[in-house]
Amino acid sequence: MSETVLDVRNLEAGYEPGVPIVRGASITVSRGEIVVVLGPNGAGKSSFIKAIAGLVPITGGTVLLDGKDITAAPAHTMVRLGLAFVPQTENIFPLMSVEDNLKVACGILERREIPGRIEEMYAAFPDLVRQRRTAAGNLSGGQRQMLAVARALIVHPKVLVLDEPSAGLSPKFVSMVFEMLAGIRKSGVTILLVEQNAKAALAIGDRAYVLVEGKDRHEGVASELWNDPVVAELYLGQRPSHASKGGAA
Amino acid sequence: MSLQFVVDGLLTGSMIGLGAIGVTLTYSILRFSNFAHGDFMAWGTYATLAVVSAIGAMFGKVAPIGPLSFGWPLLVALVVGMAFTALLALLLDRVLFSRLRSQGQAIIVVMASFGASMALRSLLEFAFSSRPTYFSRAIQIAMPVGFGIRITPDQIALLLLTAVLVLGVHLLMTRTQTGRSMQALSQNAALARIVGIDVASVVRVTWIIGGALACVAGVMIGILVQIRPFMGFDMLLPMFAAAILGGIGSIPGAVLGGLIIGLAEAGAVQLIGAEWRAAISFIILMAVLSVRPIGLFGVRER
Repeated sequence: MSETVLDVRNLEAGYEPGVPIVRGASITVSRGEIVVVLGPNGAGKSSFIKAIAGLVPITGGTVLLDGKDITAAPAHTMVRLGLAFVPQTENIFPLMSVEDNLKVACGILERREIPGRIEEMYAAFPDLVRQRRTAAGNLSGGQRQMLAVARALIVHPKVLVLDEPSAGLSPKFVSMVFEMLAGIRKSGVTILLVEQNAKAALAIGDRAYVLVEGKDRHEGVASELWNDPVVAELYLGQRPSHASKGGAA
Repeated sequence: MSLQFVVDGLLTGSMIGLGAIGVTLTYSILRFSNFAHGDFMAWGTYATLAVVSAIGAMFGKVAPIGPLSFGWPLLVALVVGMAFTALLALLLDRVLFSRLRSQGQAIIVVMASFGASMALRSLLEFAFSSRPTYFSRAIQIAMPVGFGIRITPDQIALLLLTAVLVLGVHLLMTRTQTGRSMQALSQNAALARIVGIDVASVVRVTWIIGGALACVAGVMIGILVQIRPFMGFDMLLPMFAAAILGGIGSIPGAVLGGLIIGLAEAGAVQLIGAEWRAAISFIILMAVLSVRPIGLFGVRER
């Protein structure tokens, strides 16, 4: 089996002591994979991924990145350790230009490397070039996600972690965002994402986990998971009605 | 009316503006109104005065530079004073503000700054008495520059110094990684950490800039007016009015706000009498808050 990049074991985390939201969740992500974390509302998906990124206090378990223990490392050290996180909302600096949004994320890069890296991001996300001087707050929802993802990728992360990249986007942008993620994976970046939009996420994912009540309850190959009756039960609380369509991708 | 109010207003405005930069930075990055900022000005000025006296004791009387009222000792002392005031701000943050900030309630930090303000001011009165003092008692002859305006060499030098400092801070904020990190932190603190910004170090830079500029503003008051323990506290209202008028978080806004208030004060002295001077910043503050609360360069919160 391929090399493990991110190894999360029995993670427990929560905002208040004694009230864990994540209760012993374990996942692994291998190099070059897209791994999807699904789960019903309130399953602790978002807290799980934020805890990995250092934003929710961890009370138990470990997070290993390339074998190195990064459990509860301060959030601002995560990019240097190789983990880039894209929050669900408010993931850009609205009053700064697109270019400054990219530049401000380059703190760990060598100074002379920065201009070239920014040009590479513009090449990968051509929509952003025309807007480079625009205040990021004026971008459309889809462009904001592009900028947020470009900002995360600019530091060559070992793993890109995204919290519901499709949340709040119109259907047109949702498919755009997932195509973008599939493209990023092709370029060799490892991706871990939490999604509410299970069908679209499973279509681009390699493997998926289902998180219920803060625990990983089920794991499987993404393309098969949609038809799995256990998942349907756990995740949707019912039999999937479009199973034949969803499983194909 | 005489156009002299323009010079007077620009000078007062420069002092207010330099102080307002610190106020607007602390407000937008640390998210609290620092009432002790005026007392940073006073402490910086007394520190500068102490260094000037020490240099005087060591080197004897030093000739002033050209037509100015002060010589190199004041310039050296100003740099030392700026460093001292920056350290004072860092120290106060370490022992007081940072601990309260971590509890997450802005109003507690504001009240603490009010207490710190009184303590700092009283310590100055204790150490230096409340009698006014001066950097120099020499009288400067104001040169006529036309249109009925007179200006002294000191005033010209200080206006230039203000322009250089404001330009420097503006370039720092917009062209450097440190400045972008400060902007980022003021716009979204959580995201700033996610993109790898060390919040603690940006907070330190904020205090250093705010403290150093407060010292310069204080020394300007010291050179042009007089040095008193209350000198900074008396500037608090105009400084907050300037920061709010310019739009919280905006460096050019704070300076422009300071100049507008300075000019308005100086104009009002001529038009309606000196006793109304102190009311001007209050009137402007109320007007801005009721008409355009986000200020001239402000941006609505998301």
